[in-house]
Amino acid sequence: MSEIKYSKEHEWIKLEGEIATIGITKHATEMLGDIVFAELPEKGSNVEKDGTAGVVESTKAASDVYTPVSGEVVDLNQSIVDDPSKINQDPENSAWFFKLKIKDKSEMDTLMNKDEYDIFAKESST
Amino acid sequence: MDTKKTSLYQLHQDSKAKFVEFAGYQMPIQYAEGIVEEHRYTRNHSGIFDVSHMGQLFIYGQEDLVDDLERIFPLDLKNLKLNHSKYSFLMSDNAGIYDDLIITKIKDGFLIILNAACKENDYKILKELLNDKYKMILDEERSLIAIQGPKSVEILKSVIQGVENLNFMSGNWFTLDDHNIYVTRSGYTGEDGFEVSLTNEFADRFTRRLIDKGAKLIGLGARDTLRLEAGLCLYGHELSKDKTPVEANLKWAISKERILKGNFIGSDIITKQLNHGVNKIRVGIKPEGRIIAREKTKIYNESNSEIGEITSGTFGPSVNGPVAMGYVKNKFSKKDTKIFLEVRGKKHPATICGLPFYKKSYVKGVN
Repeated sequence: MSEIKYSKEHEWIKLEGEIATIGITKHATEMLGDIVFAELPEKGSNVEKDGTAGVVESTKAASDVYTPVSGEVVDLNQSIVDDPSKINQDPENSAWFFKLKIKDKSEMDTLMNKDEYDIFAKESST
Repeated sequence: MDTKKTSLYQLHQDSKAKFVEFAGYQMPIQYAEGIVEEHRYTRNHSGIFDVSHMGQLFIYGQEDLVDDLERIFPLDLKNLKLNHSKYSFLMSDNAGIYDDLIITKIKDGFLIILNAACKENDYKILKELLNDKYKMILDEERSLIAIQGPKSVEILKSVIQGVENLNFMSGNWFTLDDHNIYVTRSGYTGEDGFEVSLTNEFADRFTRRLIDKGAKLIGLGARDTLRLEAGLCLYGHELSKDKTPVEANLKWAISKERILKGNFIGSDIITKQLNHGVNKIRVGIKPEGRIIAREKTKIYNESNSEIGEITSGTFGPSVNGPVAMGYVKNKFSKKDTKIFLEVRGKKHPATICGLPFYKKSYVKGVN
């Protein structure tokens, strides 16, 4: 069974076993506008919860991507680097950013579930 | 102070605009389809830009006014024909740029289009320089609508017959539904197009008519990517009080005739820079790969010395890659010079390149 959670920085995280897949939410892409650049963390590097783990840029501005949990980067989605517009097209599915082997499963408990995030996103955009 | 709204505010809202405050106005940064799609629509079809925040300064006078304005602008205004336009600058004594502008000879005087953020200050400076001798109206009763892109001529002529006969950088008065409209063939996107000055009360109705004919509203976001691909300067970025037209690589806009005679504000510095060169100069910059170097990004040479700074940088949808402009020390300004851009602490390779990034298709002559 997989579990999907959301961060206040508008990342989603799907946990399967000890591997977490992380991307940015549809709401985030709507705020950013057309994404034209994506930078991912290095494979094999260790990232800390709430630390920066990538960058996305729209035509307007650059924004950091944060990791909602700590872990080791085990896989990267090169296709979004090659064609960043994929992030706007399918942000919460095929346009994932990176996969982590997570360090501490309890960090998931600090994140929001879908309903909580939807309310949070709605409030933060008004 | 409350932000101002243009006459098209309701139309922007109806078209699902996202607004930003720009120069004291609530302006649309983009609409529902987004910047990249708006950019492409302008390049391939026809985009409408609300530029009503820009200043429309009418100055009325005859030969005296021409003489007085020639003491201010580096232009051969005596030979500027009726309804013809020139790009120019309002400069300080040191040739620093207070504003870049378009000046058009109209019956009874001149019409000067000014940047929104500069217009009040320009008005004050000009009033003082002209010793309050002439009637000057910074007209808030008129809106300014640009229509840009290859289909614009077809669309606009179906609403205002005769505009198709205008040459690039010239204009004329037209009448539509008893409204006096001044149309020039000009713009700031690198595309063929027009700028339409009309009364505020008619602006909304007129613009909806253009939309009915197939043109789409385009926000400031795409206006920026379009002008940057076209290699055009934006005041507050490429142009400012501490840069001269020669440094901005805009010497083409200074009349050769006037340089020989001098006697305009800033002419000493301009002449000196034309004869002896400048320390820094504006260039086009093409980053390698997809990295975007934004304003204030530092520029280094191959031996790691800082040689300049980016003034505008974004992703160019028609170029399908990053584009930038900036100032570098003159000796590094040659085309194909290898440089490095420091983005988020890392140095990325880039090349000095010619401008524009995207080739323009202005209509030069139709007659």
